[in-house]
Amino acid sequence: MQRKPELAGGHASPSAHDSALVSIRGLKTYYSIRGSFAQRLIGREAGHVKAVDDVSLDLGRGEVLGLVGESGSGKTTLGRTLLGLVPATEGSVVFDGREIVGLRDRDLRELRRKMQVVFQDPHASLNPAMTIEQSVGHPLEIHKIGTSDERRRRVAETLDTVGLSPPEQFMVKYPSDLSGGQKQRAVIARAIILNPVLLVADEPVSMLDMSVRAKILELMLELKREFDLTYLYITHDLATAKFFCDRIAIMYLGRIVEIGPSRAIYENPRHPYTKALLRAIPEPDPRRKVPRDLPRGEVPDAARPPLGCSFHPRCGQAFEVCGWETRDLRDLLEQRWAHQVEEQYEAERALFDDISVLDSSAVHARLRTGRGVPGAALAGLLGSIRDENPSEPFWTGVEQVATETDAVDIRWREPLSPRATGVGDVQVECHLYDDAALEEAARRREEGSPHTTVGGTGTPTRQGAPEGSA
Amino acid sequence: MSTPAGMGPSGWRGARRLAGVRRAFAPVAEARGLTRSMLWLGCAITLVFVAIALFAPVVAPYDFDTFEADGSRFAQLEAPSWDHPMGTNVQSTDVLSRIIWGTRTELKVVLVSLLFSISIGVPLGLLSGYFGGKLDRLLVLFMDALFVFPFLLLAIVIAFLLADRVGQGILTAAIAITAVYIPLYFRVVRNHTISIREEPFVEAARALGARPFTIIRKYVFFNVVQNVPPLATLNAADAILTLAALGFLGYGIQPTQGAEWGYDVNRAVSDAASGIWWTGLFPGLAIVLLVVGLTLVGEGLSETMNPVLRKRPTGTVDFSSDSGSEAAGS
Repeated sequence: MQRKPELAGGHASPSAHDSALVSIRGLKTYYSIRGSFAQRLIGREAGHVKAVDDVSLDLGRGEVLGLVGESGSGKTTLGRTLLGLVPATEGSVVFDGREIVGLRDRDLRELRRKMQVVFQDPHASLNPAMTIEQSVGHPLEIHKIGTSDERRRRVAETLDTVGLSPPEQFMVKYPSDLSGGQKQRAVIARAIILNPVLLVADEPVSMLDMSVRAKILELMLELKREFDLTYLYITHDLATAKFFCDRIAIMYLGRIVEIGPSRAIYENPRHPYTKALLRAIPEPDPRRKVPRDLPRGEVPDAARPPLGCSFHPRCGQAFEVCGWETRDLRDLLEQRWAHQVEEQYEAERALFDDISVLDSSAVHARLRTGRGVPGAALAGLLGSIRDENPSEPFWTGVEQVATETDAVDIRWREPLSPRATGVGDVQVECHLYDDAALEEAARRREEGSPHTTVGGTGTPTRQGAPEGSA
Repeated sequence: MSTPAGMGPSGWRGARRLAGVRRAFAPVAEARGLTRSMLWLGCAITLVFVAIALFAPVVAPYDFDTFEADGSRFAQLEAPSWDHPMGTNVQSTDVLSRIIWGTRTELKVVLVSLLFSISIGVPLGLLSGYFGGKLDRLLVLFMDALFVFPFLLLAIVIAFLLADRVGQGILTAAIAITAVYIPLYFRVVRNHTISIREEPFVEAARALGARPFTIIRKYVFFNVVQNVPPLATLNAADAILTLAALGFLGYGIQPTQGAEWGYDVNRAVSDAASGIWWTGLFPGLAIVLLVVGLTLVGEGLSETMNPVLRKRPTGTVDFSSDSGSEAAGS
């Protein structure tokens, strides 16, 4: 079912490939979930969260790559896996010609001189029991560089570089004596003191005051020029990413759904999720009305991601092959009932026996009717829901609804996993841009039972094929 | 606190360390109100006892087992007098002297047991908390098993076991008490280590390439160790009670090895019925006073050093007495 992308490189752009500092291939990082107390007692695992699910990308030397996504999209985990702070489940990360996945801690420690990280929370990133001098100078001590006098001089220089001057004044201070912006500067100083080539910045400015953000970002750009750094800039904020990044990768539920040059992403977003994210950027002019059809619902549980394309339950343009399933029907019903008056809800709810069968993820469900309710009544309700809003994309995914005496048997279409498709100079993981998926959808639509072809979502066609901008 | 930049590395290091200690105890100096009086009173009581212990040979009129002077044996159970300010006991020894020498014994045992239990409990807690996994499970299981024992019973069993090999001296008593308190330090340090381990600065240290032991030493230890002084002081108070209980039950320090308050109280039990109060009251008072003193210090420390309990001192600013010409209002 899962089809491999045509390019071995996945999201890699060919030009970046040659001089890639980091190349990630098929990287997966799963966290196992701690189950309930009882489950732990009998030693059973409660499954795992696919924090990073089959990601491939290249990071060229001197490039600034933005990794954008909502919280829970796995962007931080990707950064940590890349640094070897979290063990990868599968796949490969090659940093500067060396494979990192599976490397022993001791060998990894050597490599850490070349890759550094700046975390989100400056208040927690510095050891409260160390002075700034000790904190910033500790990397030198760890890697046994220089004598203590040389280290001291180096610390002073570096503090000066990041704008903490005069350094003597800051060196004797403790983190609690500094402001958030100053702490983040100290954290950056600690990160660059070893002259790394790669800096992973995990939301470096999101905990800072607005007035300080721009300054810190400017500092980072300066440092990049001065020390020839490569950045992986992890953020949920598309606005700063636009200012900061050469290329942007959009992550959703552990997958990169779109990756390409910043300008292309901003001027011509392809993936429905990217479009939604861009629409969500607040508009400074309150009189200007922007169409705000933001994605509905919340980010799904990464432990049980939706079938097919993870974004389909929230996507306005989803169609037959996107992976419609039981849980989508449940969401639809709950959405409907949430807006109804109580009597109406009671009446409709009485038609069902137990809707918890819809909780498990499957493309087939047998919905039993309530006591004494004929199956036809339930099928009728489903039909009327569909007729009320025939443009609801959910109905495109329903293949067959069979009415039995005391149940309704629903079958959805087999889901397809989206694969990376090149459109212009971006890579998009969306069926809308995948000719094969579109053909498959069209074929299914034609052979679909008349019961399900009522809905009129129009026929999706390959989007954005004629490419003007680059 | 700032040090001249030209200072040599060794001087710099020493000054730095001193600054760290001063910083760690800074909240103590900031303590106000009830906490402050608790700390002062507790320190005063404790220091008096420490001074008595240090200068016992000078302060005590007789040795702890002296029952005669100038060739004449002291009277048994003599009431307090100028010769024996706290009287004498059934063995004709001077009660005051026994209390003074007893102070030395108590403090020695407590100090040794604290040293042992901290130097075993804290490192084990750090390792267990930081590395987790099987080691952690095993240690937690073992320590919990120790916890389950009634502490006195545990101390008695260990004192009993060691009596044959080491003899019933200060070391045996100290080891028996050590075994009781190791799980306490272990628990506190382990739990705190687990929460510190998840802090970003620890992950940052990993990202810097620090070895696990460096991280434990430089990043975890200093943030965990703050819990130890209050706990140790409270434990010291508790340890005195345990030692006295051991002595009372006859499993503590042997009468030939040194004076011990709990033993004295035990010997005084039969005296009380016949109206002889001084043999029991004074050792009992000594126990209570020292325990109260140490508890006050411990409570005061935990209140000042624990950021959750700590209240920041806030003063009121008096504008009227301000000599300045600028008025506060407008």
